[in-house]
Amino acid sequence: MTTQATTRPASSAQTATRHDRDMGRVIRRALIYLALIVLAILFLLPVYMVLVTSFKSIDQVSLSRMWEFPTEFTLESFRRALERLLPNVRNSFMLVIPATLISAFLGSMNGYVLSKWKFRGANVIFPLMLFGMFIPYQSILIPLVQFLRSVGLYGGLGGLILVHVVYGIPITTLIFRNYYTEVPTEMIEAGKIDGAGFFQLYWHVLLPISLPGFVVVIIWQFTQIWNEFLFGVTITGPESQPITVALQNLAGSQIVEWNVQMAGAFLAALPTLVVYIVLGRYFIRGLLAGSIKG
Amino acid sequence: MISSLNRDRVIAFLMLLPSIVLVAIFVYGFIGWTGWTSLTNSNALQQLSGQPAQFVGLQNYTELFAGMLNNRFRIDIVNTVFFTILFIALCLSLGMGLAMLLDQQVKGESIFRTIFLFPMALSFVVTGVVWKWLFNPSSGLNVLPTFIGLQPFRFEWFISEQRWLEFNWQDLPQILAIILLGVVVLAALIAWSRKRSQLAALLAAGAILLIALISFEVPRQLNALSRPETHGFNLALFAVVVAAGWQMSGYTMAMYLAGLRGIPEELREAARVDGATELGVYRHVVLPMLAPITLSAMIILGHISLKIFDLVYTLGGGDNLWIDMPGINMFFTTFRAQEFARGAAIAMIMLIMVAVVIVPYLATQLRSEVER
Repeated sequence: MTTQATTRPASSAQTATRHDRDMGRVIRRALIYLALIVLAILFLLPVYMVLVTSFKSIDQVSLSRMWEFPTEFTLESFRRALERLLPNVRNSFMLVIPATLISAFLGSMNGYVLSKWKFRGANVIFPLMLFGMFIPYQSILIPLVQFLRSVGLYGGLGGLILVHVVYGIPITTLIFRNYYTEVPTEMIEAGKIDGAGFFQLYWHVLLPISLPGFVVVIIWQFTQIWNEFLFGVTITGPESQPITVALQNLAGSQIVEWNVQMAGAFLAALPTLVVYIVLGRYFIRGLLAGSIKG
Repeated sequence: MISSLNRDRVIAFLMLLPSIVLVAIFVYGFIGWTGWTSLTNSNALQQLSGQPAQFVGLQNYTELFAGMLNNRFRIDIVNTVFFTILFIALCLSLGMGLAMLLDQQVKGESIFRTIFLFPMALSFVVTGVVWKWLFNPSSGLNVLPTFIGLQPFRFEWFISEQRWLEFNWQDLPQILAIILLGVVVLAALIAWSRKRSQLAALLAAGAILLIALISFEVPRQLNALSRPETHGFNLALFAVVVAAGWQMSGYTMAMYLAGLRGIPEELREAARVDGATELGVYRHVVLPMLAPITLSAMIILGHISLKIFDLVYTLGGGDNLWIDMPGINMFFTTFRAQEFARGAAIAMIMLIMVAVVIVPYLATQLRSEVER
């Protein structure tokens, strides 16, 4: 490039424009980074606020110094938040783990049937199932409460697990169906010719390659169920409330100090946040599966 | 061999059957049950009296839209419309902007992506609790401009009582007719410019009919409310839009990024060779290819905003009508006031709104999949 410019003295005007173009490029890059950094700061403001507030002691929390750093760091507010929220954190884990595992298993089985054992009518049943993940749950809430009452599952974690498994069927089925559709049918056909039955094919052919599918579904269900609020607040009793409901109660009562509320919010966010940061790639896959196209 | 294959077919169906039955009962059966409840007079009083609920037809629905005593549902509907428009606009523009910035081969892309997407991993309850603190009028977000030497904002956020675009609920049919007229005229012009004169003529005829109806005030006759009632765009909704947009625009960004990565570089290169500027490449090559993603994102975001519950519950606690939504109203009507039938009617209207958005989407998505 430069040699060209020197061998052709007449092109000094050209070098100038090239120089301008380079300058333009540098400025453009700088503006892109500036925009990204400003936006990143804006997105992180709530995180900053949670952290500076929750490390303050009660007498440091004041409206006028809301944005300031704590003068001394204390874990007092975390201790107090944990005191109130620990039983609910335990409830949430006891809810999320079984519900996630059961719905992952169900989804995998359904996806296997709907992708490799298509039967007549499957093309009608699948969309009807999928619709279930978009409905506003208010439209099933009144019968749900009455049903759970009548079978004795109202107010406990068992009922909540059942509800999350049932309403998790559409999304888990969708993710696994799309995942197994990518598996070449020849693999299944070869197994069939070897005389393998339904369960052997699942066990020996599909399951060994299902790990990524399971990771996506488990992360998705874990996050969804951990974060869920409407079912939690309607069908649990005081003893079985999950963390989201307890956090809302904590924040809703006017007497609890802001530093404790922020520490509580941090605790409630931590498990899903850790999962997201460690396994973000799979999280995004689940996210995009929600918009149907596999 | 054949018989064992048939046996496997039966097993496959049997393995799916429990899920089919569960969805049939818990989704469709329960929706039917809610639908029936919404047509009765079921409430705490009726249940205490031991009498079976009586069929009252569409009375609960007419009460919601035109009842004198309780205008909360009408507030909710107006709030939902304004919230949905602003929420979708914010998420689409911010999401596309972020995706385009990240598409410029920036260093540290994965760090930026993680930052913009992490709110998606949080609960709406967490978002609500944190933003409630940030919206504090005297010292929260409002003081941010002072850090760079500007005047502080003066906005009360989710407790603001300001209202724009006020209108009388009784004028609503007339207003909707005028909006429809605008849409029809626009469609006619588009059809005309695309040389589809038959369609254009049809639309023009429709427009003339609408003008006649509007000028003779026919839509006004549809009004069932006997007293003027002011509604409008409550500025407090901006708070919900900001918090929900913070949480969800990373999602649109992820959708757009996936779309941008799917556009072959050769296509852009070809446009550059043809002399297109970087902006031109976006306008003529990239944006048209992102159109289907925009539509998908609008539908997903739209159905989320129609259902929004947790965030508003945490911000407003069910008493703040400036940001009230149908989902909240349904919850308090049903489980606090114990007006089961009316709660069911609200739920059914929510379901219908969501179905109008989602059913055509599901149909086209699955059809295109079959064609693939």
